[in-house]
Amino acid sequence: MTMRYPAGVDVAAAVAAGFVLDRCEAVPALIGKADDFLIVTGLAGTARDIASLTHDSAQIFTMAGAMGGAVMIGLGLALARPDKRVLVATGDGEILMNVGALATVAIMNPANFSILVVDNGHYGETGWQKSHTSLGVDLEKIAIGAGIQRTRTVSTEGELAAGARLLREGNGAAVVVLRVAPAEPPAYKRNFDPAACRNRFRAALLGA
Amino acid sequence: MPAAAGERWQDQLYDLLRRHDVTQFAYVPDAGHRILIDRSLADRGVHSVALTTEEEGVALLAGADLGGARGVLLMQSSGTGNCINMLSLAKGGRFPMLMLISMRGDFGEGNPWQFPMGQAVEPVLQAMGVIVLRVETPQDVVPTVEAAMTMVFQSGNAVAVLLTQKLLGAKAF
Repeated sequence: MTMRYPAGVDVAAAVAAGFVLDRCEAVPALIGKADDFLIVTGLAGTARDIASLTHDSAQIFTMAGAMGGAVMIGLGLALARPDKRVLVATGDGEILMNVGALATVAIMNPANFSILVVDNGHYGETGWQKSHTSLGVDLEKIAIGAGIQRTRTVSTEGELAAGARLLREGNGAAVVVLRVAPAEPPAYKRNFDPAACRNRFRAALLGA
Repeated sequence: MPAAAGERWQDQLYDLLRRHDVTQFAYVPDAGHRILIDRSLADRGVHSVALTTEEEGVALLAGADLGGARGVLLMQSSGTGNCINMLSLAKGGRFPMLMLISMRGDFGEGNPWQFPMGQAVEPVLQAMGVIVLRVETPQDVVPTVEAAMTMVFQSGNAVAVLLTQKLLGAKAF
């Protein structure tokens, strides 16, 4: 698969900083069998990653607003359903909007909860402006500083297997930062109606 | 359920929430909610979730609902402003949201910093589609929150119950 770089993105700088993996391949490789998780996504890129991977299944809740909420929606779900493995897949910009949520996750530390940050160093949805992670901010270090005990950065193919294990480990809240190239996420048209997405998620999980 | 004579309304309120299966208590520490927060910390049957900012709590309650659990967000009036965009989840997603707000910048307030947000709580919440109920006396706390829970968990609304400074008393400076 050939990556599609948007016009104006400084590809050389991204490569030099280690943003090289193709999210269209790396995200599916990290998640593996998506049916094993209940998944909450961020906006735009990660919503498309996961909707594409699952064919917009009823086990995912994708966002297109309320930016900064994905991690906490996942935490509420993980606390409500300790019998299920809960994964939040979100972007660098979305998590930067509410990094305090990582501190809240750390003090609760649910065993069934993992966060996958798909970090492309850019705000892809708004015109590919650089995000803080292209300018030296390290989200894994922020997660460690917040008190999350299981963290890993994946920026090469060789690190994917270890990252995949951490997402499924189950000994406490985990954060995997996946560094990817600033290239287009999968093209996928998902359901944008939050009430419909809520209802279908609850119907599938709760029969209600 | 009638309360035992002399029982604090805060204890009656906690017991009411637990009887209605509220199992996630989310809060930024606040004097007005101290008894509820302390009881949730001591209760092994609930998750007592300290937040760094109130908007985290709005998102947490949405996630709880996705999993079939009920939560409550306890906050001070100043925290209301921190929640506004996240309340898109309530209006757009029709997630049930129960919020108990201890008021500042209201009846008898002595700190001028509290007035801008305190006085804006009702219009701002209403602009985001949240129904606002006010409580001014101890005997109205339990019936009002019980009514709010029906509106939230049965009818799928977002409801904020304002615990006013007539009820709580103004903080002395």
